[in-house]
Amino acid sequence: MIRQEFSRIDPKRRTTLHHSKKQFATPTYKELEYKHRLNFYATPPTADITLEQFEQWAIDRLRVLAELEACSFRNKTPAETAAHMKPLLDKYLPLSSSTSGSTGLHAERQKDHYSHFILRLAFASTEDLRRRFSRVETMLFRIRFQADDARERNAFVESLALDWETVGEEEKRALAKELRDSGGGYPKMIEEESYFKVDWERVPELVESRRVFLKGGKAYVPGREQLSMVVAEFTQRLDKALELTSRALPRLDEDDRLTPILNHLSQNFTTPDASYSSTTSLPGADISARNIDTLSSSFPLCMQNLHRSLRRDAHLKHYGRLQYTLFLKGIGLNLEECLIFWRQAFNKITDDTFNKEYRYNVRHAYGDVGGDSNRRGNGYSPFSCQKILTEHPPGPGEAHGCPYRHFSVDNLMNLLNAVGVKDSEVLRGVREDKEKMKFHLACNRVFEYAHKQEIKKVKDDGTWGAAQLETIVHPNEYFKRSYLLKNLGKKQGEDGSGDVKMEG
Amino acid sequence: MTAEAETHDGEDLTAADTVTGEPETNHGISQDDDAADQDMTMANVGIEGDNVPDIKTESKSEVKLEDLFADIDSDEEFGSAKVKSQDIKPSSSPEAPSSPVHVGPSSRASDPEVMRSFYQRLFPWRYLFQWLNHSPTPTTDFGHREFAFTLQNDAYLRYQSFPTSDLLRKDILRLMPSRFEIGPVYSTNPRDRKTLRKSSAFKPIAKELCFDIDLTDYDDIRTCCDKANICNKCWQFITMAIKVVDVALREDFGFKHIMWVYSGRRGAHAWVCDKKARHMDDQKRRAIAGYLEVIKGGAQSGKKVNVKRPLHPHVARSLEILKSHFQSDILEDQDPWETDEKFDRLLQLLPDKTLNDALRKKWSSAPGRASTAKWADIDALAKTTQGLNATALREAKQDVVLEYTYPRLDIEVSKHLNHLLKSPFVVHPGTGRVCVPINTKHLEDFDPLGVPTVTELLGEIDEWTAPEEGEKEGKSIADWEKTSLKPYVEYFRSFVVSLMRDENDVKVKREREETDSMEF
Ligand SMILES: [Zn+2]
Repeated sequence: MIRQEFSRIDPKRRTTLHHSKKQFATPTYKELEYKHRLNFYATPPTADITLEQFEQWAIDRLRVLAELEACSFRNKTPAETAAHMKPLLDKYLPLSSSTSGSTGLHAERQKDHYSHFILRLAFASTEDLRRRFSRVETMLFRIRFQADDARERNAFVESLALDWETVGEEEKRALAKELRDSGGGYPKMIEEESYFKVDWERVPELVESRRVFLKGGKAYVPGREQLSMVVAEFTQRLDKALELTSRALPRLDEDDRLTPILNHLSQNFTTPDASYSSTTSLPGADISARNIDTLSSSFPLCMQNLHRSLRRDAHLKHYGRLQYTLFLKGIGLNLEECLIFWRQAFNKITDDTFNKEYRYNVRHAYGDVGGDSNRRGNGYSPFSCQKILTEHPPGPGEAHGCPYRHFSVDNLMNLLNAVGVKDSEVLRGVREDKEKMKFHLACNRVFEYAHKQEIKKVKDDGTWGAAQLETIVHPNEYFKRSYLLKNLGKKQGEDGSGDVKMEG
Repeated sequence: MTAEAETHDGEDLTAADTVTGEPETNHGISQDDDAADQDMTMANVGIEGDNVPDIKTESKSEVKLEDLFADIDSDEEFGSAKVKSQDIKPSSSPEAPSSPVHVGPSSRASDPEVMRSFYQRLFPWRYLFQWLNHSPTPTTDFGHREFAFTLQNDAYLRYQSFPTSDLLRKDILRLMPSRFEIGPVYSTNPRDRKTLRKSSAFKPIAKELCFDIDLTDYDDIRTCCDKANICNKCWQFITMAIKVVDVALREDFGFKHIMWVYSGRRGAHAWVCDKKARHMDDQKRRAIAGYLEVIKGGAQSGKKVNVKRPLHPHVARSLEILKSHFQSDILEDQDPWETDEKFDRLLQLLPDKTLNDALRKKWSSAPGRASTAKWADIDALAKTTQGLNATALREAKQDVVLEYTYPRLDIEVSKHLNHLLKSPFVVHPGTGRVCVPINTKHLEDFDPLGVPTVTELLGEIDEWTAPEEGEKEGKSIADWEKTSLKPYVEYFRSFVVSLMRDENDVKVKREREETDSMEF
C-alpha cells in the first residue's frame, strides 16, 4: 500500500524521506486532536493516510461541494439548501456533535480536515478554481455553523481567539440610539444585546446594507450578526491560504503520484449543471433518426428552434450543429443514428460533400475520432443552459443559443406561438422573466405550462418528489423530464405500478 | 446551398475545434482563456502607446469598447472643434520658454500652443508626482501607475507609465494630450504587460477610492439649467453632495485624505487617498458605494428613496445636513413643483389619498403657487384630514427631502479598483477651466463659474510684475504663483504633504526636514 505523508506541499521528497528514515526517526507530529466539530482548517494534516483514502475522501467532499454549487446555481434559499444537503452530508461527510457520544467522532473530523486540505491543493491552481472553491467551502461552513449546537458553537468561536473588541457597557449606553437605529430598531433595550467592534473591512456585507453602525472606521456589530462575522473571517483566511498554496504548487513534482489525482479532481469540479449524465437511458423509448420529429415536441425551446431551422433550411451552421448534435447524443441517439439523422436533414448536398464536411464533426462530438483524450472521454458533453446562455452568442444566420436570451421579445413570442404556447398569462410571465434576465425561469415556466396536467398528477400521486421537479438547468434534463411525464401511462403493463421513477 | 456558405462552414469547423478543445481539459482551459480574453480586451482598448512615434489614430466614434471600459467620466463633451489630424512632433525642448506667452483673446483651450504653455508653466507636476508616489523618491506607486492620454485628435492611449514625474512631463509635452486620466497601480509596469508569460501577473493592485457626482444625474429635479449648463443655483446640488459624502467618509469610515476636484464643467470628483482606501478590493469599494447609496432607480422607477425606519445614523445625519438646503436651494431656488404637471410628482410621493385630493384642489385653483408655500400646505391641510397617518406622512416627507437633495453618485466609478478618472489640474476641453481641487473648508464659497480658464491664467502670467526689489530676494517665483491658480496649487500642496506625512511616518519625517529647508 502506498502511504503518503501530507505534512508538506512537497510530498515526493517527503515520501523519499519516509522510506529511508522512517524506522529511525521518531514521529515528530502527533495526531491532531479535534476538540470542535467546526474547523477553520488552520493546521495542515500531519498523520499518514493511504492513497486510497486520499482519493476517496477528496471525491466524497467534492460531491458535497459540487452539489452545494448546484444549489446556489438554482437560487435555492439557505434553508432549502440546508435541507437539500442534509442527506448528502450525512452520507459523504458526516460531522457529529461532541455531545453525540459517537465513536466515529475522530474519524469523521479527520476525514473532513484531510479532504479539505486535499481539495485545497487540487483547486489552488487557477484563480477561477480558487474562487469557486472558496465560495462553496464558505457555504459548507455556514451550513454547519448554523446547524451546530449553540454551546459548542460558542466554544468554537472562543477558540478562534478572533480579535473582536467587545464594546463596553458605558460606550454601549452612550451610543444606544445609533446602535439601535442601525439594527432597524433592535434591540428595544440596549442591555439585551452585546456588541463587537471590528474594522469595517471585515464585515463588508453588513456595511453595504447599512446593518451596522460605523464610527471612525470601526463597525459595531451586534452579537446576532456573529454568523456573518465568523463566515467572513473564514472566507478571508481561506482566500489567503489558497493564495499561498497556489504559489507553493509548482513545487509539486510533475511525476508525483499525487499530481494526476489532484488534476483529476480539479477537472471534475466542472460547473455542476454541465455534468449531465448522457448515459441515463429512457427504457422503451424509440430514440432513432426517424423518430426525432416526434420526439422534438419534448425538446426545450432552444432545441426546438434548432430543429425547426434545420427542417426549414436543410442546414445549420457550425455552433448550431454542435449544440444540437450533443443534445441528441444526450437524449440517447447513438452515433450511427445521428449520422443518418444529419445526412437526411442536409438533403440539398451530395454524399460526398456530407462525408467531407460534416461526418467527421459528428463523429468527433461522439468521441469516435480525435485525440486519445477525446475518445476516452466519449467526446464532448451536451451543453448546459449556462454554457448556451453565456458562450458564443449567435451571430447573423445562426440558430443556436437560448431563444429566451438571444431572441428579441417579439421574435420570442412568435416562436412560442409557433410551438403552441399561446396562453397570454404564460407569455406575459415569459416577457417579465426575459426583462429581468431570468431565462431559466422563463424556460421552466413554459415547461410547467406544457406539462401542467402531468405534473399535477405525479404530485398528487406522490410519485415524484420535489427533487425530481426542481428547476431545470440543462436542455437534456428538460427532455428527459418531458418525455417521462408524457409517457406516464405507457409503462403500466410492465411492472403494474405505473410509477415512473427518475434516477438521481 | 452556396459554395460560399460551405467555405464559411469549413472555417467555422476548424475554429470551433480549437475553441472547444479536448473535453478532458476543456474546463480549465476555457476559463483561463476567458480571463485572458478579458485582459486582451482591456489591453486592446485604445491604442498601443508603447511605441509612440508611429501613432495610429482612431477616432472616438469608431472605438466603442473604449467607451465601455476606459472613459466613464461623463463630464466630457468636447465643445471645441476637433483637430482632424494633428502632426505630433517631438518638442524641441521641454524647458519653459523664456519669452512671454502671447495669448490673444481668440486663443482657445484646445489650441496646442495654449496646452503646451499650460503644461510647461502651470501644471503642478511636482505635487502630482508626490501625490501619487507617496514619497519624494520614485517608487512603483508612481512607476507602475497607469496614465491614459486623450490626444487632440481624440486618439486614446492607455497603459502609459513613467518612472519619474519628469518623464511624464516630457511625454505630455511631446504628445500634448487635451487631457489625461489616472488609473490604478499595477502589479508590474503597465508597459511590460504584453511581455509577461502569464497574463494573471498583470493586475491592478491599488487605486484611490473615487466618487463622481455630475449634475446631469439631477436633470429630473433641477429646473434652472439642463444638460451641460450650470449656474450657482444648481451647483448647490454638488455642494450638498460633497458635504454628505465627505462627512460619511471621515466620520464613519475614518478616512482622512479626501480631495474633491472640480470636474471642469458640471460636477466634482472625490479622491480618497488614504493607504487603506487605495488597497481596498472591489468588494470593499462596493460596500462603501452601497452604504452611501440612497437614491435608486432610473427615470421610470417611481419612488427613488426607500430607506427603512428607524433611519440608519448615516441617513439621519444626511437628512439633518440637507434639511436647510432643501428649504433654500430646492424650494426657493429650484421651485420644483410650480406647475400642475410638476406638483403631481410630489403628490405621487405622498401616502394619503384624502390629503392629496385636498392639496390638488387647492393648488389647481392657485396656479403658480410657489413650492415653498405648497410644501407648507401639506402640514397645514394634514391637520384637518380625517384618519391621517401622521407617521407615514412624516416619513414620506423625509423621503421627498432625500429624493431632492441626497447625493446622486455614479456608483460604477466607485465600485471598481480598475477605473480611470481625469487627473486634477487638467483643462476641461469644452470650458477651458482647470480641474482645480475644492477646499472643503470653504465649500460654500466655491464658484465653478469663477474657476480660472487656461487662457485667463496664461494672460495673468504676462501681466504679472515682480514685487519691489528686496522683498523676495533670491527666491524664484513659479509661474503658477503669479496667477489665480495659486490658492488651488497651494491647497493641493498642503494636501499632498499631509498625505505623505501619514504614509510613512519615519521616512517622511526625514524628507520633511529636507523639503522644509528647501522650500516651505
Ligand atoms: Zn443652474
